[in-house]
Amino acid sequence: MRTTRSTARSTAIAATMGLAAATALSACSTPAAAEVPGVTDDKVVIGTHQPLTGPAAAGFASISAATAAYFEYVNANGGIHGREIEYIVKDDGYNPANTQTVVRELVQEDEVFAIVNGLGTPTHSSVLDYLDQNGVPDLFVASGSLTWNQPDEYPNTFGFNADYVTEGAALAQHALDTDPDAVVCVLGQDDDFGAGILQGVELALGDGEVATNQTYSTADQDVTAQLGAMKEAGCTHNVLGTINGFTALAVGTAAQMEWFPKWHVSSSGADYPTLAEYLGEEGTPALEGLVSVNYLPNSPSSEWYELFSQINEEYNDGAPYTGNTTFGMSVGYQFAEALAAAGENPTRESIVAAVESGDLGGNGIAPLTYSADDHFGHRTVRIAVVADGAQDFTDSAYEVSDAGATAVEPEQAPLENEGIPATE
Amino acid sequence: MRTLDLRSGGAKLLLRAGLLTLLALGATFLLDPYRNYQLATSAGVFAAVAGLTLLVGLTGQLSLGHAVLMAAGGYGYALTATWVADALAGAGGEVADGVVGWLLPLLAGVVGALVASGALGLLLGLAAARLRGPYLAGLTLALVIALPSAASTIPGLAGAQGISAPFVPVPDALAALIAVEQWHAWLAILVTACAVTPLVALRAGRAGLRMRAVHDDETAARLAGVDPGRVKAGAFVISSLAAGLGGVVLAIVTQQVSPGAYGLGFSLLLVVAAVVGGLGSLGGAAIGAVLVTLLPWVVDQATAGLPADLGHRLQGNLEIVLFGVVVIVVTVLWPGGLSRLLPTKKLSQNTQLFQNTSLSQNTER
Repeated sequence: MRTTRSTARSTAIAATMGLAAATALSACSTPAAAEVPGVTDDKVVIGTHQPLTGPAAAGFASISAATAAYFEYVNANGGIHGREIEYIVKDDGYNPANTQTVVRELVQEDEVFAIVNGLGTPTHSSVLDYLDQNGVPDLFVASGSLTWNQPDEYPNTFGFNADYVTEGAALAQHALDTDPDAVVCVLGQDDDFGAGILQGVELALGDGEVATNQTYSTADQDVTAQLGAMKEAGCTHNVLGTINGFTALAVGTAAQMEWFPKWHVSSSGADYPTLAEYLGEEGTPALEGLVSVNYLPNSPSSEWYELFSQINEEYNDGAPYTGNTTFGMSVGYQFAEALAAAGENPTRESIVAAVESGDLGGNGIAPLTYSADDHFGHRTVRIAVVADGAQDFTDSAYEVSDAGATAVEPEQAPLENEGIPATE
Repeated sequence: MRTLDLRSGGAKLLLRAGLLTLLALGATFLLDPYRNYQLATSAGVFAAVAGLTLLVGLTGQLSLGHAVLMAAGGYGYALTATWVADALAGAGGEVADGVVGWLLPLLAGVVGALVASGALGLLLGLAAARLRGPYLAGLTLALVIALPSAASTIPGLAGAQGISAPFVPVPDALAALIAVEQWHAWLAILVTACAVTPLVALRAGRAGLRMRAVHDDETAARLAGVDPGRVKAGAFVISSLAAGLGGVVLAIVTQQVSPGAYGLGFSLLLVVAAVVGGLGSLGGAAIGAVLVTLLPWVVDQATAGLPADLGHRLQGNLEIVLFGVVVIVVTVLWPGGLSRLLPTKKLSQNTQLFQNTSLSQNTER
């Protein structure tokens, strides 16, 4: 049994510690108003969470490298309002538990001005409330989940991708426009991604017109059962709400079954160079004719593509140019544009106001649509097709509203000032 | 071996628990928000490791699946708390806005967590009473691997995306004084105290004696009138409840429960924490919990200075190597775990002697 002496001693220790605690009471954890976090006279510090390791790394790790390269290009040309952009990339391994840790680190330790392009629906969902409570601008989330479009609840959160419903509706409408007898099926991820694509497809086709809807989990090793069911259902056009790895798996598995339906794939899983790498030389021909949508100038004929290729050569060690490169650099451009519009002395409020103002043009295939009521910027997507081993845009584009998808003319945002947003 | 005299010992135990809790609450004032977040996380891990170390150290049942029991607690908390919070919000604005608005869902959530983790623990415990050594370890391991599939199959658990738990805001009276991380650290400390204090009492009391008896020799224990099956199952349930409360802490702090947070790596880390701290030692469990929470962060800080490419390759891998090294070094230098470094007390000497013998037995096998 413990002696009274040791109890007395621990009481004394406790008292001492308590006193020390009281002295420091006002010190550390007390909320305090400071100047704008992350903004100094010559620098703006922003952060992101990205899957640099883990299951999603193969498909997405090159995005943040491209964004960082674009920022280096901007910094080398004088920055924005004379400030350099410092971009801190943290690896979360596509695991929500890690995302929570690294984002807190970014906000509390690194004191970032904003979180830019946090990647993934499950991952970013886990920090949505945290960022909202701390008033951190949560700009251009790399996911098309409708979660990011809740201006009343999350006034600082904006999505970057075309939302999944928009993509699903455009892909299904295109299937109907090219083949009125199309039997449309859906294969989707078992989260907001797959659900959004399905919702879009049903918007275009009408409720109950989807022949079969199959789902997979990112933990799955194969999708044979799902594709078997789709083949059984007599699908002619498969709309995929899948990430790159699972698009490749689906196309490859179908080819092994000697089944060659039309593939209509969301932009999140239709990057041709990445898919070709997954499938290898033998599997790549199966990608021929693959239809996808995009909202970014990911076409060798675009002047943006040309500029981004140069930046990629110069500031990204000439890494292979893929759709991720276009994506990463476009995010960088869009943030730089928002920062330029946020004024000479940007605050967290002013940058959110700048995005909501609707003045941002972006570099997409149609002008950005951000407003106070709409926190998504890309409501128009353009159809791209793989032909002769190259993926390029066709002339058809769709604008999606609550009424469905309507065919429109693409209206590419022009390249000005060598891709560096002008500041007045 | 001495047992705790319930009347005077109980009061002393509560006093000690109260003091330690106050100390921990005071310490949160010395920490910045991020450290408080880390403190809250290690408190949650501590609750689970404390339950695990009791299970392994006292009854010799090795569970590799305590992360799943934490997850059960987390899901139980999130589902119940969300349900109550929604019901309150539906009932009317006044109730939902006040203290009741967060306290009631919190308490209901804790009950939900105890039910969920207790039920799963009981099932496992019943199996554990009939399984030995590697077979029990294998069963619990299978459970961890099955978690992602279970989460996507069971409706309402929302697959890999996970479910969210209600946010517990800082009460108005404290809002000017402390930040949300510190408030969550307080809640974490309180919940963990509620999880660990009963374990201390059990370990020092008759139940602890029975567990040791069963561990040492089941036949002898049976001859002495102790039912090994009941003791083992009981120990598993108690350990699960502590792990469930650990899950509650993590759910409060992160407002999210997803299978990714409770993977195989994390589950094994809990075992590492128990071993490094010293099997059967609750003080050691605290050290182990802090170690497994902080080491990955320290590694991250250390690799941040390296070139990006090399840094990314080391990230996530280096810490696993380090944990391996730590386990080897600790087992070689202090076979009883890091708790040997704590000031020794009379009470624990017997236990340590016991740990050493049981550890050497294990290695001989």
